[in-house]
Amino acid sequence: MKEKTYAIITENLTKKFGDFTAVDSISFDVKRGEIFGFLGANGAGKTTAMKMLCGLLKPTSGMGMVAGYDISKNSEMVKKNIGYMSQRFSLYQDLKVWENFRLFGGIYGLKDGEIASRTDEMLKSLGFFDERDTLVQSLPAGWKQKLAFSVAILHKPSIVFLDEPTGGVDPAARRQFWELIYAAAESGITVFVTTHYMDEAEYCDRVSIMSEGVIAALDSPENLKYKYGCTTVEEVFHKLAGGQL
Amino acid sequence: MKQFWVFVKKEFMHIFRDGRTAMILLLMPIVQIILFGFALSNEIKNVKFAVIDHSNDAITTFVTERLSQSEYFIFERDISTEEEADYLIKSSQVSLVVVYGANFRENFVREGKSQISLIVDGSDPNTASGVLRYASSIIASSNEQIMTLSGLTPHSGAKPTFIEPVVELLYNPQMKSAYNFVPGVMGLILMLICAMMTSVSIVREKETGTMEVLLASPVRPVIVILAKTVPYFILSVINLATILLLSVFVLGVPITGSIFWLVLASFIFILVSLSTGLLISSFANTQVAAMLISGLVFMMPVMLLSGMIYPVSNMPYLLQIVAQFIPAKWFIEAVRKLMIQGLPVTSVLKELLVMTSMALAFIVLSIRSFKQRLE
Repeated sequence: MKEKTYAIITENLTKKFGDFTAVDSISFDVKRGEIFGFLGANGAGKTTAMKMLCGLLKPTSGMGMVAGYDISKNSEMVKKNIGYMSQRFSLYQDLKVWENFRLFGGIYGLKDGEIASRTDEMLKSLGFFDERDTLVQSLPAGWKQKLAFSVAILHKPSIVFLDEPTGGVDPAARRQFWELIYAAAESGITVFVTTHYMDEAEYCDRVSIMSEGVIAALDSPENLKYKYGCTTVEEVFHKLAGGQL
Repeated sequence: MKQFWVFVKKEFMHIFRDGRTAMILLLMPIVQIILFGFALSNEIKNVKFAVIDHSNDAITTFVTERLSQSEYFIFERDISTEEEADYLIKSSQVSLVVVYGANFRENFVREGKSQISLIVDGSDPNTASGVLRYASSIIASSNEQIMTLSGLTPHSGAKPTFIEPVVELLYNPQMKSAYNFVPGVMGLILMLICAMMTSVSIVREKETGTMEVLLASPVRPVIVILAKTVPYFILSVINLATILLLSVFVLGVPITGSIFWLVLASFIFILVSLSTGLLISSFANTQVAAMLISGLVFMMPVMLLSGMIYPVSNMPYLLQIVAQFIPAKWFIEAVRKLMIQGLPVTSVLKELLVMTSMALAFIVLSIRSFKQRLE
């Protein structure tokens, strides 16, 4: 079965807003446990595509399977099996660290005991255990992002969607964040990540580059660079997407 | 269901973590009642007046006495010129100057009439007309004694009348302005808390990006939205109780009608206001926009067109039509009838029906626009 090896399968997935076609019949697959980079200039349609995969938007036509469920017919089950973290921290600033964990644990239907033990475990491994009673708003940006990521995978989803997760933090914090992504991928979680930073694209197992609603290229960073005769993914991106990030 | 309570708890935390906002929400009705009740009162009480008496005879002395004996007026002093009167009014030392013409008693006896001028500060027309009305009726009510003083009997041919009071007061004979504004304050505060706070708290989640995370989670949007309205519903009920208690025990406005129907009418209005908030949040994308829409599009008309300040029946025809679409107008009317006039519920069926249909229409509209965004 294809669903066993692939976490995401799309076939001719299309989204139209009136006359405008934001996503034009894209087809691609993401393997289980893979770190998949989803690149594209602003307005290339990557946010729309990602929203469809998360069940936030209904596709106009085409097929998409996420975590084994059809995104048009069974978006409830899709949502239960994915984690989602957006560029804007996605934590409640006026709640304490542990309260955010408890809230999202409750939303995903975890039991109280489960939430408590996983929260402690995660905070300890991040070295944040002493901050469990701190209001999120008083933490530095880099910490918030790590916490947001931990909250997104608290319910052990099979796929986590990260929408520009490292926007606005310094390179050192971005490096640390990617270590968390690697750890999650090693534990078997598929990571679907969009980013503006081309050095991050190099960390992915495979990347796709979207341009004007279609996927212009999809391969591992090494193969892409070889194919287009470039030394970095950034150069490949500029060749395909016209330079706008 | 467990998800729902998780959310309700979270909403309460948002409100109480922000201590200042919580304080404002709970203290607002108290401040408003005190402000409207005491500072902004158009009630006439302890109005200071000065007298220019060019005659100084028995009648003029008597009229001045009558005025100062009433609880509304306090005699300040005698003056002699109009310039002085002008100065006293300008410097707000007095609000009324009574001027008796020369030969007051002689004119009265000979021609059957004599002149009293009342000078008031017209820059505050509400107070001015109140002062005039009160002073006139006091003077008019002294007619009989005046005739006795002037040596005429009530039956001797001449029929001297100074002023014919044409003011007729229903339901609020003491003209207590509290009677007018209590329903208005109720409408304003419930609208403010339900519509403004609900819409702002929903839009805040859109703005910070947490709404997206919630929509990507398995929780149903209806639960997220409904949970938002619960704390504001409870706050509104607390505020409603505060307003009613304050108006009964501090302002002395009685609840003459049925409390049950009054509370029910208020619940229906809270429902309208909450659904207004949902509607605002469905087309506002930033907190500022939500605040402006609820402030300018909903609050201002509530204050001006709902009959809270000016009676709807005194408005131009076009504005009267506009006023029909303002939920608070119906609520304030219902509260006036139920609370102050003590009318039975059958007299407010129209108001209740209009408010209920408005609530349903707003809810349907906001759910529809919410769904459209997901398509």
